[in-house]
Amino acid sequence: MRASTTRRGLILAGGAAVAAGAAPGGQRRAAAQEAGETARIGLILPMTGPFASTGRQVEAAVRAYLRAHGGSFGGRRVEVLLRDDTGIAPDITRRLAQELVVRERVRVLAGFGLTPLALAAAPIATEARVPMVVMAAATSAIVQRSPYILRTSFTLPQATMPIADWAARNGIRTCATLVTDYAPGLDAERAFKQRFTAAGGQVPLELRTPLRNPDYAPFLQRVHDAKPQALFVFVPSGEGAAAMKQFAERGLREAGIRLIGTGDLTDDDILNDMGEPAIGVITSHHYSAAHDSEENRAFLAAYRQVAPDARPNFMAVGGWDGMHLIAEGLKRTGGATEGDRLLAAMKGLSWTSPRGPVTIDANTRDIVQDIYIRRVERRDGQLWNIEFDRIAQVRDPGT
Amino acid sequence: MSGGGTLAAAAPARVGRASRGRWGLAAEGLFWAAWPAAYLAFPDYLPLLSQVAIAALFALSLDLLVGYAGVVTLGQAAFFGLGAYTAGLLAVHGWGEPLSGLLLAAAAAALLGLVTAPLVLRGGDLAGLMVTLGLGLMLYEAANKAAPVTGGADGLQGVEIWPVLGLWRFDLFGRTAFLYSLAVLVLLFLLARLVVSSPFGLALRGIRANARRMHALGTPVRARLVAAYVLAGAYAGAAGALLAQTTQFVSLDVLAFQRSAEGLLMLVLGGLGRLYGGLLGAAAFVVAHQVLSEMTPQFWQFWIGAALVVLAIAGRGGLLGLLAAGRARLLARRGGGGA
Amino acid sequence: MLTVLLDGVASGMLLFVLACGLSVTLGLMNFVNLAHGAFGMAGGYVCVLLLNRHGVPFLACLAAAALSAALLGAVLERTLYRWLYGRDHLDQVLFSIGLVFMASAAVDWLMGARQQLIALPPWLQGRIAIGDGLATVGVYRLFLIALCGAIVLALHLGLVRTRFGSRLRAAVDDAVVARGLGIPVDRIFAVTFAVGSGLAGLGGALGVEVLGLDPTFPLKYMVYFLIVVAVGGANTILGPFLAALLLGVVDVAGKYYLPEVGAFVIYTAMVVLLLLRPQGLLARSAAR
Repeated sequence: MRASTTRRGLILAGGAAVAAGAAPGGQRRAAAQEAGETARIGLILPMTGPFASTGRQVEAAVRAYLRAHGGSFGGRRVEVLLRDDTGIAPDITRRLAQELVVRERVRVLAGFGLTPLALAAAPIATEARVPMVVMAAATSAIVQRSPYILRTSFTLPQATMPIADWAARNGIRTCATLVTDYAPGLDAERAFKQRFTAAGGQVPLELRTPLRNPDYAPFLQRVHDAKPQALFVFVPSGEGAAAMKQFAERGLREAGIRLIGTGDLTDDDILNDMGEPAIGVITSHHYSAAHDSEENRAFLAAYRQVAPDARPNFMAVGGWDGMHLIAEGLKRTGGATEGDRLLAAMKGLSWTSPRGPVTIDANTRDIVQDIYIRRVERRDGQLWNIEFDRIAQVRDPGT
Repeated sequence: MSGGGTLAAAAPARVGRASRGRWGLAAEGLFWAAWPAAYLAFPDYLPLLSQVAIAALFALSLDLLVGYAGVVTLGQAAFFGLGAYTAGLLAVHGWGEPLSGLLLAAAAAALLGLVTAPLVLRGGDLAGLMVTLGLGLMLYEAANKAAPVTGGADGLQGVEIWPVLGLWRFDLFGRTAFLYSLAVLVLLFLLARLVVSSPFGLALRGIRANARRMHALGTPVRARLVAAYVLAGAYAGAAGALLAQTTQFVSLDVLAFQRSAEGLLMLVLGGLGRLYGGLLGAAAFVVAHQVLSEMTPQFWQFWIGAALVVLAIAGRGGLLGLLAAGRARLLARRGGGGA
Repeated sequence: MLTVLLDGVASGMLLFVLACGLSVTLGLMNFVNLAHGAFGMAGGYVCVLLLNRHGVPFLACLAAAALSAALLGAVLERTLYRWLYGRDHLDQVLFSIGLVFMASAAVDWLMGARQQLIALPPWLQGRIAIGDGLATVGVYRLFLIALCGAIVLALHLGLVRTRFGSRLRAAVDDAVVARGLGIPVDRIFAVTFAVGSGLAGLGGALGVEVLGLDPTFPLKYMVYFLIVVAVGGANTILGPFLAALLLGVVDVAGKYYLPEVGAFVIYTAMVVLLLLRPQGLLARSAAR
């Protein structure tokens, strides 16, 4: 049961916090840290509130990574301090970042579930000269807000362009768009339209649903009445199921409208519960839990250790790779945690992630990765995103 | 609505100087001494303390409106948010001077109060309450849609605040932010105390107790309530401006319903109609939130909720009420004396 | 056009079933129960658990959801709520928000933070055409309309025609006199509270497919419930019912015809209605 894992998480995190609280005075602790003790990493995630599932995925992956690789890198022990920013309050994210830097002397800030949260914390990273690893937020602009930001998730244009190309190549001439009305959604809408119309397609209808309390039925009814050949959907992780259900219930499929989107739509976290309506949906994304590789099998096994009945999604792989980036950075500096050195060590790193080969571009500090075209299929009684095409080493077009 | 009047007939307003003896003065001194003490004792916690001060100012604005004028609102975040965006936008467009930004923000919020007061003060209790809620939600949506101006869901980027009085830069450790917030809080608190003990404040309390009688006595009830609404709006706007200036960032959540509800929660937690209630409630809530969410980042809500339930069942008008009851019991055991 | 209207009616009906308990507790007991949505959430999770983990038929799940929420309501009413009857409204707000926090965290601990999904039985899936291709509407929406409509009718008749209903109305109009007449006011309130909670539980279960379900459910929809009650007026069944219908139709139509304006439509409608009819849609007289 999920409960047992979360309970364990609670105890771990609680223990860490108590340990932190018990130690006297920040200065003394910092001195001890320099003398070869632990390197602290401040992990700020939405652990409660509407985006809690994102936080849970990333946090579990971070724990899984430490469990699988031991807690020391380059001779430096790593300690993770988890903080909850509730997902909807950027001022809290910012304050937590500030406190982690000032009081807990963390050497790396990490996590960041949504774009505004990451943007709010960016000035802290700059001023404190502390690397900030964005593990989930996906708006293009984030990496430009601070020279200390590195990203291990993805960007919406990066994930969107391949599906626009795919649609144009596969005989779709008209395609409506439906996105959530916030920065990543607008990024996706823009990228899709630009790419799709450049390839000769038409976008007859562009719809935006509110971020809060979304009800997809009326929007999908409009799509139904407009009768495009396909519908491109971007919704935040966790919302895909509701959109998909309405798509099926409205009879859009019977009306001959194909459903395509970024992988957020067929989020691995809940894909299995989506049932029949999801089958056959085509999406483009950087990670599928069904990815066939040695690295991914190791990742799945490690993840299962900390969260036995959850399936890792693309948020989790962002957390895993974020920890990997930090770990490799520490190895390259020989355990030194000085911000600029660590940042330099992390820039330009390449490795084979559970999702495939990735690189942190040395100039943009953004991730360059393969994007896959996947179709939802039933395998062994479960639903999976089965990859059937690959576009190698896609970078964010904005950078 | 039957019996809706109890909404207004809240906890007794016990600020009269007569009822405050040496104990009260000592408690007050202790309360204000705690701030510089906290500054010295917890230099690592300054960002948190700034947040306490800002939340306290917001709760104070609610106390003026709910505790004294008896107008319950679920939309106070509208003023908070307008203040935050005013200060933020000024800074983005080249005017980062904090004090004038703060004043302008408060003025903008007061103006909003003046415009919306006729709508809010029109209906019955529940209707008025829901109108404040509706107006707050509408402003949130407006800010969301006006993305070119406000930055929409991404938040307002590029807020740069100049040093306070040209001397103190906002630093990473949050020293300036804390002292600046505290100074504003103290000044506005003193002003609020003047206001509530003025004839205007007495009239408000009279209205809350019995509006009809005050009307019969010749008090312009309506005008007094509008004035209180505007004043509370200005206070909330100042709190919002403080948040924008000390964090140098504004995002949509400053306008969110959660902020209104949380402010009200802090006020009720501390105790209504005593000015200190909001301050104490804000401090208790923010600190409890921080401590609990560090201990259990996933389930802190449970413990906060449990505390609220227990306090509500205990009743007695929030933490201040509990303190007063505790003091009374202590005195009784000692065989009287003091107050 | 007709499709949009029917969708709006269905979501309005669902909203009513979820919110009517709140209107009862506010109107009849003068109690501000912001934790009302928590009972809806409880019903929703019972339904999901039984359906997904134990394969119980959908209709039985609905019944179980309603019953368990009613039971939960009865227990909480006897143990906690009764301490706060007659107290200041703000204390009640403090209390019920506290309950919401506890409920959200507890559900999160038990079930996790992610969205819960259910698969409807085949007979509730799909769409049917109405009036010779005039419009099509989802079977489940029709089911919602029929079921919720029946509930509304039953509630209305129960309140107007039965002895319990007349006692309840008497207790609401003047609890003191009703007590004097030998009406067991406390017990009537307890039963009413349980029924309201049960209906919320049913609404939560019905809403899993339409509204979604996660630990933030009670907070997410609290505003909507409040709108229904405030616009409808707190003393009748029909007032909130009309308000919920209006809300559903305006919301759906607004999103269909004016998607750019988003949630504005609904908030504007609420403010305007409240300014025009501050005592509720069907207020009996201004004197109350």
